[in-house]
Amino acid sequence: MDIVVIMLTVIGLFSFFATTVGLLRFPDFYSRMHAAGKGDTLASLLMLLALALYNFHEVNLANLLVAIKILSIVVFIFMASPTATHAITDAAFESGVKPWTKEPEEES
Amino acid sequence: MDSFFIATGVALCLLMLLTLHRTVHGPTAIDRIMGVNVIGTKTTILLIIIGSIYHRVDMFVDIALAYALLNFIVTIAASRYFHHRKNLSSRGYGYKFRAEDD
Repeated sequence: MDIVVIMLTVIGLFSFFATTVGLLRFPDFYSRMHAAGKGDTLASLLMLLALALYNFHEVNLANLLVAIKILSIVVFIFMASPTATHAITDAAFESGVKPWTKEPEEES
Repeated sequence: MDSFFIATGVALCLLMLLTLHRTVHGPTAIDRIMGVNVIGTKTTILLIIIGSIYHRVDMFVDIALAYALLNFIVTIAASRYFHHRKNLSSRGYGYKFRAEDD
């Protein structure tokens, strides 16, 4: 059981690391939002699943309730994170943030 | 297992510090909202890790759930506030804004 917990946590940490690197190094708002929206959701799923497994080591009613609450956080994040990503990207698009192109546009 | 969770929490804090660079120096205000959103998601997980270290997950899981709700509401409210706002800060990588065109 501990090996599964450690593996899920390490994969989740790697996903968070990839999110942070993408957030710092991508050249554009939209590509940064792409990295932040997807990596964050996947990493929260993996790490919260690992923590729910770790807290369910001894089977009784209280631990079952805690595991169900942690899984409810997963369900909430899976509904909330794409909605928040869409809202931020829509706000950026409506306020006119231009996407990054390879050739730099001439300054007018 | 406790030391493993402590190391995970420290690594999450370092990643949050790196994300804070994007939040502070972000070229536009929208980038800052995005950085706050990512930091909030990491904080939700860090709270449950703290609960696992102190063996009081039953208390910390409620705080984490409330934090996730608050993070979502903050992101939605801030992005609605910057909707249709043309004067976002224009320094940054190759940004040109639609307000300059028309």
